[in-house]
Amino acid sequence: MWRDALLVAGKDLRIELRSRVALWQVLPVAVLSLILYAFALGPVRHTLASAAPGLFWLAVLFSTVLATQRSFAIEAGEGTRDGLRVSGIDPAGVFLGKAAAVAAELAVVQIVLWAAMTLLFGVHLRTAWLALVASLLATIGLATAGTLYGALSAGLRVRETLLPLLVLPVLAPVLLAASRAWSGALTGSVSSGVSWLRVLGPFAAVYLVIGIVLYGPLLETG
Amino acid sequence: MSDRALAHPSAPRPPWLRILGAAALVSIAATVWLGLWVTPPDRVQGNLVRLVYLHPPIAWVALYLAFGLAALSSLLYLWRRTRSLFWDRLAAASVEVGVVFNALTLATGMLWGRPTWGVWWTWDARLTSTALLLVLFLGYLALRRVPADPEVRARRCAVAALVAFVDVPIVHFSVIWWQTLHQGATVLNSNLSPTIHGSMAWTLLLGFVALTLVFVWMVGVRYRIEVLADRTGAERLEVSLAERWAEGDLDIAPSAGNGPGNGADGTSLRPPSRVGP
Repeated sequence: MWRDALLVAGKDLRIELRSRVALWQVLPVAVLSLILYAFALGPVRHTLASAAPGLFWLAVLFSTVLATQRSFAIEAGEGTRDGLRVSGIDPAGVFLGKAAAVAAELAVVQIVLWAAMTLLFGVHLRTAWLALVASLLATIGLATAGTLYGALSAGLRVRETLLPLLVLPVLAPVLLAASRAWSGALTGSVSSGVSWLRVLGPFAAVYLVIGIVLYGPLLETG
Repeated sequence: MSDRALAHPSAPRPPWLRILGAAALVSIAATVWLGLWVTPPDRVQGNLVRLVYLHPPIAWVALYLAFGLAALSSLLYLWRRTRSLFWDRLAAASVEVGVVFNALTLATGMLWGRPTWGVWWTWDARLTSTALLLVLFLGYLALRRVPADPEVRARRCAVAALVAFVDVPIVHFSVIWWQTLHQGATVLNSNLSPTIHGSMAWTLLLGFVALTLVFVWMVGVRYRIEVLADRTGAERLEVSLAERWAEGDLDIAPSAGNGPGNGADGTSLRPPSRVGP
């Protein structure tokens, strides 16, 4: 399973590195959304700084939708899904691989967004480890839940409009918990931030397990 | 012609469904009578208290009965030994009814919240998670509307329902850490001693019974519609296939000036009713 996961993740990331869709489309949209949020809220530094963690995770959330859509657009090619299915790769491995590739992309998005946020909104991380742990758990949760729903809506004619409706309410607790945790990391109130890890951890674990169990039946749908 | 072929000799509703419907109607009428005329107004809340006979039972149906049943039947569908379209249809029916009750929960809650709290909406834990739940299961219904083979759709929807369902406790606990304005549980509070008495308690109890009956009746009706829709869909397909086959037997050679069907591509797919003898 793990070897299959590595193979699938490697394949997806290689395609991304070569096609550069994620790099030149998903990333710019994420950064652009930060600028748009600033337009919506006004240029007052104080307002932006206090809203920063929420806006950061909102941008990551929308990037998750784009990244999973992209991840399954790769599979939309003629016979690709069947190829993957008959290659004898464990469905759980496919799930883990695709989720890992999405997670890697989201990690890059977050690094760039963090840099942009530091520059544009003038905020600084006071407790880096807290932000890092929160990011790690949130990324696992976003990538696994996103991949599950991506597979669910893959190949449907209405997938572009259906996926956000399906996945955004599910990801809502991640947005809530991750932005509260980051808020703690930005303001230095560690204890309040750490308590939100109790949401992020179980979310990541639950969707990791559910994905491994349910991805098989999902792939059968063809 | 095709209309007659499609007119389904649908059996009348099964008797248990009729009895259930009548029982639901009677108990709802009794709840309304008790709630509006018999019970006294509350000392603090006045007539507003009458919403309490409806709002908690509606929420109970939506949040526990409907979505619980949907999750259970999705699970039973996915489990190979109990896999049958029965569970899929049951899940679909109860989600659909559940969404209606979920929306009603929010609506009745807002009606009560406006005069009591002074606002239609607060970002309270229960309100927020109920609203998210509504959107979650609207997604399920949207997924269900995507045309697909019944088996494929059933599997896809069962996975979606389960994946959505495990989110419910997480949503609940994450929003519960927000500041809470909502009042605590009235009947099922920690020491299990109801803080509501007399005729009011009986009316509330009747409300729970009545709306549970309404729920079961609606799911029964909805399930039956689902079965009929599937059957009609299959029959419609057969009828149109038969029509296309019949066209093959008839004259479909392009003849000049025979209407718009005879375009540049030279094919005309005229329905047999226009061609037939």
